[in-house]
Amino acid sequence: MAQIVIDALRHSYDGRLDDPDALALKQVDLTWEDGRAYALLGPSGCGKSSMLNIISGLVRQSTGRVLFDGRDVSDLATEKRNIAQVFQFPVLYDTMTVEQNLAFPLRNRGTDPARIRKRVDEVAGMLDLGPLLKKRAAGLGAAEKQKISLGRGLVREDVAAVLFDEPLTVIDPHVKFELRRKLKMLHEELGLTLIYVTHDQSEALTLADEVVVMAEGEVMQAGTPEALYERPDHVFVGNFIGSPGMNFLPCKAIGERLAFRGGSLPLTGRAAAGIAPGQSLCLGIRPQYLRPARPGEEAVEAVLGEIQHRGDCFMAVLHIGDMALSVRLPDSAPPPGGTMRVHFPPDRTLLYADNRLTGDLS
Amino acid sequence: MALVAFSAVIPLMTVVNYSVQDIFGPGQRYFIGVDWFREALRDPEVHGAFLRQLAFSGIVLAIEIPLGVAVALLLPKAGWKSSLAIVILALPLLIPFNVVGTIWQVYARPEIGFLGRVLNDIGIDFNYTGDAVSAWATIVLMDVWHWTPLVALLAFAGLRSIPDAYYQAARIDGAGRLAVFRFIELPKMKSVLTIAVLLRFMDSFMIYTEPFVVTGGGPGSATTFLSIRLVNMAVGQFDLGPAAAFSLMYFLVILLISYVFYTILQRASAS
Repeated sequence: MAQIVIDALRHSYDGRLDDPDALALKQVDLTWEDGRAYALLGPSGCGKSSMLNIISGLVRQSTGRVLFDGRDVSDLATEKRNIAQVFQFPVLYDTMTVEQNLAFPLRNRGTDPARIRKRVDEVAGMLDLGPLLKKRAAGLGAAEKQKISLGRGLVREDVAAVLFDEPLTVIDPHVKFELRRKLKMLHEELGLTLIYVTHDQSEALTLADEVVVMAEGEVMQAGTPEALYERPDHVFVGNFIGSPGMNFLPCKAIGERLAFRGGSLPLTGRAAAGIAPGQSLCLGIRPQYLRPARPGEEAVEAVLGEIQHRGDCFMAVLHIGDMALSVRLPDSAPPPGGTMRVHFPPDRTLLYADNRLTGDLS
Repeated sequence: MALVAFSAVIPLMTVVNYSVQDIFGPGQRYFIGVDWFREALRDPEVHGAFLRQLAFSGIVLAIEIPLGVAVALLLPKAGWKSSLAIVILALPLLIPFNVVGTIWQVYARPEIGFLGRVLNDIGIDFNYTGDAVSAWATIVLMDVWHWTPLVALLAFAGLRSIPDAYYQAARIDGAGRLAVFRFIELPKMKSVLTIAVLLRFMDSFMIYTEPFVVTGGGPGSATTFLSIRLVNMAVGQFDLGPAAAFSLMYFLVILLISYVFYTILQRASAS
């Protein structure tokens, strides 16, 4: 186990570093602490797999350094880095039995046979592969195959981190849940450093101690699932996390108020200090924090649009000016087409200047 | 159905017709049962040709399959170099069989051919018209030159279909080059190699044109393979009856062995 530091990392697959659009990773500085579970979350093509492959050494970064416990491993080959990686599709050695598959990484490193047997048995026990050990790996189902890939990652004791590149994509939903739980358990039991790449936010939020959100080759925000959800640093994070995502309402600062089409809110609190003239502003608020105004409260007039029943609540569309906001209505669903006075709780209403968080309105 | 009948069944039935009758002329035909089959099977020339045929197919497979795999492993994986290498490699496959024979007939001649001259100049007594070993060497070499590219192209296609993740996982697992070949590349090439073996077996077992052009089956009968023996019997000696019986058995042997290969192939892909 080790602390992994990514230092001023930039990567381009065609070697052109001057053109920002050609960069797979623009400028990444990040520290992965020892023994924690990280999720690397982002849409396809955001550079998350590139980041993983650079950590494991399958890809050599264009500039910048990768440090394991302070030691620069940038020029170290994959097999020398003590990294385990599990891929999207199960990779198996078809001609081998499950046991031989699990033993393979150890055998290649010349581990003592008695030690290999012991480790293989332990890992098979953890992953419930015991009864399958003598079977040929080729004939098994996708979930078992992926468990074997996982096992090959866990069988070495000296690994600095185990990297996962969307490993549950090909697994059935109900088995997925089971495997995810198993993974979380193993992480807690063994104190592994996990880096888990996914584009599925629920997977990221449930599995990880800390989530790193990436977009277009940049780290947008790294933080606990709660921080990402409650106080997204960037408009992208607010949109990407949550279903539906955060509501954003473009606005202008006019005197002491934030004005938008169809209404305005008082500009108070920390948010006021953080803005400079000329920045484009917008308000952000999660759908569940918007609520009907009580008498005397600051409110904005809105028209109700389409309403969806979500089982435990209603999701309604609110039209304010020409913008549509989602709102979560806990119990009663008013008829569509009616008007509603909505309250924006100041402590839940965030202000973004040039897409970056400046603060809330309280 | 009518098309199949005209293209396959009727010509085949003609052969069956010849194989069970003794025909002296129009209207003078006698049913003789399996006599021609018996005669063909007892012909020592056929025995010799059959053993030579087995040896030839065996040698050719033993050289071409490993060589083709080796060539495929050495080919550039992508880019214009890869395309160029494939085109150059495929050239022998585009040459008509009798031209291949003619090329080697000239190339290996001891007095004027490049190969023949060089071999004789460095002190090897090489003469495919007089010496059986030279004749075999020439024909085997010619077949290897002609058909290894096919095996190499098939193997290359098999290699290209292996996802990158396998190679990446092998690096993560610390596998060496040999282990990558043994545990990833070879198993993934299994089905294309089975096809390669099947194709090369059938073709080499039926080889006629090239040895006919180069050695004409000689010296003596050293390179008289089954099909050359068959043509001698049918056209040279005009023994149409035994030749018909012989060709039916020849066909059945190839069918049988191909069926066995096919079954193995199916099993391999099922497991």
